[in-house]
Amino acid sequence: MSNYKVLIVEDSPTMRQLIVFALKRLRGLTIVEANDGVDGLKKLSGDKFDLILTDINMPIMDGLKLVSLVRNDPTYKDVPIVIITTEGASEDRDRAMALGADEYITKPIQTAKILEAARRLLNFGP
Amino acid sequence: MTEHDDDKLSGKRAEEFLQVFKKGAEFTQDLLKENERLRYRVVRLEEALKEQESEGGAGDADAENMKLRRRIEDLEREKQEILDRIKLVEAENLDFANRYVEIEAENNSLANLYIASYQLHSTLDFKEVLQVITEIVINLIGAEEFAVLLLDEKTNKLQAVVGEGVETSDLGTIAVGEGLIGQMAKTGENYFIEEMEGYVRDFQHPLVCIPLKIKEHVIGVIVIYKLLVQKSRFAEVDYELFTLLAGHAATAIFSSKLYSESERKLSTIQGFIDLLTK
Repeated sequence: MSNYKVLIVEDSPTMRQLIVFALKRLRGLTIVEANDGVDGLKKLSGDKFDLILTDINMPIMDGLKLVSLVRNDPTYKDVPIVIITTEGASEDRDRAMALGADEYITKPIQTAKILEAARRLLNFGP
Repeated sequence: MTEHDDDKLSGKRAEEFLQVFKKGAEFTQDLLKENERLRYRVVRLEEALKEQESEGGAGDADAENMKLRRRIEDLEREKQEILDRIKLVEAENLDFANRYVEIEAENNSLANLYIASYQLHSTLDFKEVLQVITEIVINLIGAEEFAVLLLDEKTNKLQAVVGEGVETSDLGTIAVGEGLIGQMAKTGENYFIEEMEGYVRDFQHPLVCIPLKIKEHVIGVIVIYKLLVQKSRFAEVDYELFTLLAGHAATAIFSSKLYSESERKLSTIQGFIDLLTK
């Protein structure tokens, strides 16, 4: 059984729970939660992650800053990043993708899309 | 023997020879006739045989053709049956796939409803309950501008306690029975605007107004003025969420308020006891 490590960076506990509940359907995942970008970076350091899911609008450090820092760090630059956000405008999507996000999913929560993105980016079988 | 006797004997022998020769010629003649007749018969028989053979061959070919034709028909019928069966199986597969997608979507909706309900009852802190309601309305329903108004039992008026994208002060107070929001609070019925397109925010006429009810007792309302840009209309699950919010959010708010009051009273009583016992 594969054992992947996933980091969820989201300031809303309800949203975090929703994402965790969705990802639990994929077996062999270890899920780590963070409240904001800074917390996310702390949890990232010194550990190996296979996937990051992050919100954009968060206190202290937003998701775009987190994406930028991760992509410029040689240790984590290859970790796939999925943005899950309320920002649905195409320019927001373009900005996030230009910074290095791999997938951009808008709220309200779309469980099927999150699962599909996680499966694809973690190279899960069908 | 005399010369005369010799002549007589020679003549007799010649006559006998001629007789034999004549008989031989007749016999030969008969043989030739018989031969002719037999040859004619052979030719006739050969022709008859040829005819029979050719007639008999065509019959076999026809029979074979017929047999093959029947076999082709059988195979065609079998092929059609197989094709029909494949079509049926494909239709069944499509049906199963659609049902799987539907069940998966239903499963997701139920999981989301479970999380929302769980989160609503995970705290007895009034502010946290309001925060959970806000998170549910944003993350599960997809609203951008909305407010929660609670009923003041003393004044019988609704007052905004939390707002997202709107200032609570802009909403003012709304008497029960007054305007659309007051009317929904009075009747306890959900309100959904008929046409979302072209809607301009009006604090008195929201897109959605959901009374928060404990049984038939309304304790407040949730009003939504704007959905997220990527959300153009409500999904089926949203109506289930609204129903869940109407009940669970109401009890969560009510419980947390009661708990806060009891905590405050307990603290006051504890203060008195401390004063009396010191």
